[in-house]
Amino acid sequence: MPLLQVTGLSKRFGGFVALDGIDLAVAAGERVGLIGPNGSGKSTLVNCICGTLVNETGTVRFAGEVVDGLVTHERTRRGMARSFQLPRPFGTLTVADNLRVPLLYTVNARRRPALRGAELEARCIELLMLVGLAEKAANLPRDLTQVEMRKLELARAMAAEPKLLMADEAMAGLSQSEVDDIVTLLIRLNERGITIVLIEHIMRAVMRFSQRLVVLVSGKKIADGQPETVVRDPVVERAYLGQ
Amino acid sequence: MGLSLDLLINAVIAGILLGGFYTAVTIGVSISFGILDIVNIAHPAFIILGSYIAYIVNQSFGIDPIVISLLMMPAFYVLGAGVYQIYYEAFERHGQESLRGLSFFFGLLFVTEVILILVFGVDYRYVEAWYIGPSWHLGVMDFPLRMLVPCVVALALFAALELFLSRTFIGRAICAVAQDQLALRLMAASPTRIKRIAFGISIATTAVAGALLIVIQPVEPSVGRDYIGRVFAICVLGGLGSLPGTVIGAMLLGIIESFTSTFYGPSWAPAVAFGVLLLTLAVRPAGLMGR
Amino acid sequence: MQNGIFLLVSLVVAALVFFAARALNNDYIFFAGYTVLQFIVLATAWNILGGYTGYVNFGSAAFFAMGAYASVFFHKLYPLPIPVLIVIGGIVSGVVGLGTGYLTLRLRGAFFAIATLALAVVLQTFVVNWDYVGGSRGAYIIRPNQSPLTGPYIHYLFLLMLVLVVLALACARSIERSQLGYGFATIRDDELAAEASGVPTLRLKLIATTLSGALMGMAGAPFPYYIGYLQPSSAFGLEYAVNSIAMPMIGGTTSWVGPLIGAVLLGSLQQIATVTISSAVNLLIVGLLLVGFVIIAPSGIVGLVQHGWPRRSAK
Repeated sequence: MPLLQVTGLSKRFGGFVALDGIDLAVAAGERVGLIGPNGSGKSTLVNCICGTLVNETGTVRFAGEVVDGLVTHERTRRGMARSFQLPRPFGTLTVADNLRVPLLYTVNARRRPALRGAELEARCIELLMLVGLAEKAANLPRDLTQVEMRKLELARAMAAEPKLLMADEAMAGLSQSEVDDIVTLLIRLNERGITIVLIEHIMRAVMRFSQRLVVLVSGKKIADGQPETVVRDPVVERAYLGQ
Repeated sequence: MGLSLDLLINAVIAGILLGGFYTAVTIGVSISFGILDIVNIAHPAFIILGSYIAYIVNQSFGIDPIVISLLMMPAFYVLGAGVYQIYYEAFERHGQESLRGLSFFFGLLFVTEVILILVFGVDYRYVEAWYIGPSWHLGVMDFPLRMLVPCVVALALFAALELFLSRTFIGRAICAVAQDQLALRLMAASPTRIKRIAFGISIATTAVAGALLIVIQPVEPSVGRDYIGRVFAICVLGGLGSLPGTVIGAMLLGIIESFTSTFYGPSWAPAVAFGVLLLTLAVRPAGLMGR
Repeated sequence: MQNGIFLLVSLVVAALVFFAARALNNDYIFFAGYTVLQFIVLATAWNILGGYTGYVNFGSAAFFAMGAYASVFFHKLYPLPIPVLIVIGGIVSGVVGLGTGYLTLRLRGAFFAIATLALAVVLQTFVVNWDYVGGSRGAYIIRPNQSPLTGPYIHYLFLLMLVLVVLALACARSIERSQLGYGFATIRDDELAAEASGVPTLRLKLIATTLSGALMGMAGAPFPYYIGYLQPSSAFGLEYAVNSIAMPMIGGTTSWVGPLIGAVLLGSLQQIATVTISSAVNLLIVGLLLVGFVIIAPSGIVGLVQHGWPRRSAK
């Protein structure tokens, strides 16, 4: 049974069809790359899966359960996490406190006994060290560089201890080595058991990361398979890679 | 129920005429809130300002209040552009519109009301014009001119704005700025400038709405507050961003209020708009013709 | 400082304030002081919703007045001791807060703000049409001259309001330092990201509106006894809305100290101004200060003390 199963998902904005009958299945432990031109509906798909947007048709099943009626925080608590394309940190909280929020509200909602005090602190620091932000624990997000903000964004998603992580263009605007860092980080996370869907434009990163590649163009899925095969598919080349 | 048909017909007519007037009151908010997404709750304050200016000039020089308001429109436009500039510099630019932007407009609303109280006191003020008083009779139907003239002027204002927004470059840029700022920039139009123009227009309409208000009823500084609920109720009911929706919403509200007034008494009127607003928000927040 | 200790310390401070006022032996201090204390409660209550979660309530007067009119209602029906009336006022206003929130909080913050503004007008309409509590003519509340506890009745009211202040401040402070406080802050900072992090935003917002409304209702409950003659126009007065926003915004919205500072400063200023100038000018000053601070010093006095003049971050 796939961890995430999206069937026939459609989303319109007024007259504009953003997503048209998307089918997508992600197995537990997989590393899936999702690519497509700007405006093809990638972020909309993530928003629909997480519940930030409500789809008109179709179903989203997570770990066998239909999640369509659930609000975003309920889906997060069931193990779905996402990072935002443009980082959205909690501006008035310190970097460490940004991580405390998902720990308090998602992790503690699941486990007994709840994380408290020193244990909570330790978990925050552990996550910060994982992404290399430990020295900035007491800073505010506005003091961070671009890369650091994106790392915080990822760390916050990971703090929720998800089964599935959807990383939405986590690497835009980063240098080559920074991109490599993040890919390595994501692969390491996957090795710990987190299923990851990576939405990205940077082909090098996508090819290195993905075990499977899905291509979205104008709201439709036009390819889904082995990265090397998909990349050589003439339909895909015409629609996307030829640019 | 013993309803007389006359009463019913005239309640509907009064409602429609009232709805026409409400269109003038709300059309500015359709632009500032519906299109620009700026929650200008001080809108009624500008209207009351317009009423008082019409009052002063009418009392001193005897000029027709509606004519005065048309002459005042450019000044109100400049005022609106200025207010937008302050709003933009202080809030919009830094992405902090919600709490502080709202407080800013609330402060404006409040300060305007208090200044008017200090200058004019709390007495009701009214204007004089040839159409205040007489009624036009058609069979059993009564058309009080003091309601009919504002209704006609209001609908003319709506028509002018609708034409402007759909036919001129700036008008269409205004509609576009709500949807796609990037595309607008590529057309070499500055989104900030377009928004400033739009907001200026929105305040310019309050000059006219203010004159119409003081034709319909005597005005004192706190009257503005009754209109906040009405204005947003109509906007939401009609569908944000749709000017024709505003007219429909205004007419509906006018008729509902007129019926409530006729059959339950006028002191319940303020509650009607709120009830309508809540109902709409609960049932269909996109409004009747919403995007 | 632990919550329990804070409570103890503030009770001691309150007791000191009370006995100091008694020592000065001037009833005016009690009458003026009551108003300032009332504003501390209102400002703190407003801030729990407005400052912590970022949802603006323009209808503070409505919640305040409902507490007052609940007292009038019971006064006519069956007189109850004021502490009981305070609890009732809290419940009534809390329920209204919950209801308003439930209907509008799933939409944008702007709609909630507009709904609260319209709410004040509507509730005033209801009260004006409700003859049992006096309608537009108003209601007289004869208050006893003496109270068994404290001697002059105004001392009793002052003491009650002091207790409410302690309650409100302790409440605000304990929220700030709790998990709830983090949740509120994330709603204010980025509601979408908060949901994605597992924060149940609707539930938290409803908690905030209920709590805020309840505290305002509690502040309103003794009001008829303070003022003796209650009219809708004074109970629903715009000065409550403006002050409950201006005081936290000027004092600083991110901490429980802000509303306290704002209320004490502005409240005292207004008491002086009303006596020396006029009440309309006094309100004008408050309005201008609000607009000024909102534009220039958005973090209020607390922000100025902590960070100096605000640097604008480029966007």
